[in-house]
Amino acid sequence: MAIEVRIPTILRTYTGGEKAVSADGASLSALIDDLEVNHPGIKDRLIDNGDLRRFVNVYINDEDVRFIGGLEAELADGDQVVVLPAVAGGAH
Amino acid sequence: MLTIDRATYDAIVAHAKRDHPDEACGIVAGPEGSDRPERWVEMVNAAGSPTFYEFDSTDLFQLYKEMDANDEEPVVVYHSHTATEAYPSRTDIGLASEPNAHYVLVSTREHGNSEGPVEFRSYRIVDGEVTEEEVTVVDELPSN
Repeated sequence: MAIEVRIPTILRTYTGGEKAVSADGASLSALIDDLEVNHPGIKDRLIDNGDLRRFVNVYINDEDVRFIGGLEAELADGDQVVVLPAVAGGAH
Repeated sequence: MLTIDRATYDAIVAHAKRDHPDEACGIVAGPEGSDRPERWVEMVNAAGSPTFYEFDSTDLFQLYKEMDANDEEPVVVYHSHTATEAYPSRTDIGLASEPNAHYVLVSTREHGNSEGPVEFRSYRIVDGEVTEEEVTVVDELPSN
């Protein structure tokens, strides 16, 4: 099983500069664990206290995972996962 | 240093004034590695707030997909502060995630929706460190 994971600029320090890497997993949670094996440290940038970080967006085939089960979202061979940090901020 | 053309500069300022008292946000995309802010993209502030901004997650995805297809990157990421100075807040610094971008802040605190000058300042924000840089407004970006 191979799932393409698109990595944002800010996390490419964990992937040796690669824009996309391949990983395995039947769920997003399993996929992130698999990513961590080859790219140690990346999991902590995606997950906090067992949940996706508030300002990290993950999409499976164009859908925000928050609408399709979050970390439990299912994955199948050939799916594409995109990670994008939120663009956010403000005076407060 | 940020070099930006007059039309893009004016568009960002007009956007900030229009959305005041809420924060306005958007980007200016350019060819990857070029440092040329060529394509202004106004974004909706999904937070709709005077003290916070966030791109809607679906809009964000579409934007990055589009930039990816065009071999572009966000050269400028901008937003407005509507009651405070044009300097990155702790939130801005904590959430800055484009190390190659110029972070532009516009403050509309003085004139709000009305005509009048605004503060327009630019920064690099890398690993929590803020460095202000000069902004040069030109009639047109120099040809490649």
